Amino acid sequence: MSEDAPMDIDYVANLARIELSDEEKTTYQRQLGDVLKYFEKLQELEVDGVEPTAHAFPRHNVWDKDESKQGFSATEALKNAPQSRQDQVVVPKVIEE
Amino acid sequence: MSPDSPIFKTATELSADLTAGKISSVELTRAMIERVETVDEKVHAFLHLDQEDALAQAKASDERRSKGECLSPLDGIPVGLKDVISVKDQPLTAASKILENYRSPYDATVTVKLKEAGAVVAGRLNLDEFAMGSSTENSAYGPTRNPWDLERVPGGSSGGSSAAVAAREVPLSLGSDTGGSIRQPASLCGVVGMKPTYGMVSRYGLAAFASSLDQIGPFSTTVEDAALLLETISGHDPLDSTSFPKDIPSYSGELKNPAQPGVIGLPKEFFGPGMDDEVRAKVDQTIEHYRSLGYQTKEVSLPSTDLSIPVYYVIATAEASSNLARYDGIRYTSRSERAQNAIDVYAKSRGEGFGSEVKRRCLLGAYGLSSGYYDAYYLRAQKARTLIRQDFERVFKEVDAVLTPTAPTPAFKFGEKSEDPISMYLSDIYTISTNLAGLPGISVPCGFTQSGLPVGMQLIGQAFEESKLLNIAHAYDRDHLYGRQAPNL
Repeated sequence: MSEDAPMDIDYVANLARIELSDEEKTTYQRQLGDVLKYFEKLQELEVDGVEPTAHAFPRHNVWDKDESKQGFSATEALKNAPQSRQDQVVVPKVIEE
Repeated sequence: MSPDSPIFKTATELSADLTAGKISSVELTRAMIERVETVDEKVHAFLHLDQEDALAQAKASDERRSKGECLSPLDGIPVGLKDVISVKDQPLTAASKILENYRSPYDATVTVKLKEAGAVVAGRLNLDEFAMGSSTENSAYGPTRNPWDLERVPGGSSGGSSAAVAAREVPLSLGSDTGGSIRQPASLCGVVGMKPTYGMVSRYGLAAFASSLDQIGPFSTTVEDAALLLETISGHDPLDSTSFPKDIPSYSGELKNPAQPGVIGLPKEFFGPGMDDEVRAKVDQTIEHYRSLGYQTKEVSLPSTDLSIPVYYVIATAEASSNLARYDGIRYTSRSERAQNAIDVYAKSRGEGFGSEVKRRCLLGAYGLSSGYYDAYYLRAQKARTLIRQDFERVFKEVDAVLTPTAPTPAFKFGEKSEDPISMYLSDIYTISTNLAGLPGISVPCGFTQSGLPVGMQLIGQAFEESKLLNIAHAYDRDHLYGRQAPNL
């Protein structure tokens, strides 16, 4: 990205689901603009025909034995949840009127 | 503190003392707790220390020993953990506000292995929030200070783990390394730190940052101790699908049979501008020492080196933005009180709970993965990652290890780089490519600057050849033992 097309910070913050203050938006817009400029050398790189690397030593089809194991109880699983009731996480209403 | 105090001994020495009955694990653990109480006010390496739990583990070790049972050479020896590694019923904050009250419901695999070896798993060590940073300034609970100069950073992200060992608060600790987060703080604090080959140590129970790069590894004052801790935590784990099935030799045992001196590669791209003069001088002396031991040195080329920082920050932030989606205000500890609807729960909880570097990286990662930019950033970075990996493959046809400085400068001052993300990112320039290629790397102390700051050198080895790498590192370390010098605190 170059200066003529700056990162749309509101759009990206929404994608990342992070609420930002106006001050943060200004700071990140500038800092991330600098970082993206620094990344530009990637765009100049010749990568035709190069296979991407996702993992240095990829392993495929790693299966576990198909047998049941003892998991957490609901109480244990919910111990770190900010709000819970009747063995369930409490969240605000999700379905709109 | 008396120089005879057990806190100044290596784990290998302590293990012998425990076996000989010269000290008990309870005495050792008490000495460690006293040391933490004396110096940690200044250093702030610890986020939490459950003294009662540590002493109970020590007592159990002594009881085993009195019955003639000893689980391993680490039985009864305290090991501190970076606060991203789960220990059942203990806190795990990842130095983030969003996990302030979290308690781990289970043990990480490395924790299980340490407990099975009889080690006293004690202390939660400070870090940059979610392991994102190179100075430990990004901790929501305040920075750790470098034990050699309290005005300076200990490096990061595992700055608590390196400082705790340097300050002799624990003989051993574990950290995690995604782009240099073990080796760079080890270098800045004057201790040994090692990142194993990707897949050698299970990541199960490690709070994930960038899953294709993260590895857990040891901190110690000598290479010998690092070998001891590494052999304890390594090995295939069915709970981590990226864990590699490999037999783990006794690394510490193999150090006793030194290999014939081999060939050490010196990558010309790493010795260019940007390196501090005193760092260069110490690394040059290290190279000379290897030559005097009969090693051949050879200039090699890793032409894709200048791509490593942009490639790393595209890949690591992309993986982080996806991994950190789990901190959603629903399942883990903190939720914004201002949340009115579902989107609010996510956005406001994360806005309040994450620190600035974590936000910066999640934003960057989301951007790099977003529609229209994925091919230009993420896919392109993965292709460049292949080129970096191939550079090393080519070089390792000619050499046994690659030697570089660990960090371009000694420890820097607080605030010096925290406002400029790129200058902070550049402090990992020598360590990052190792993670991208999945290779093992170790930082070994190689002297001090005129003002008394430690300098570290890095050795990079072939994949899964930890034994060879440790052997080469040990050949230097046993002749110098810079890591055994303790700071005045």
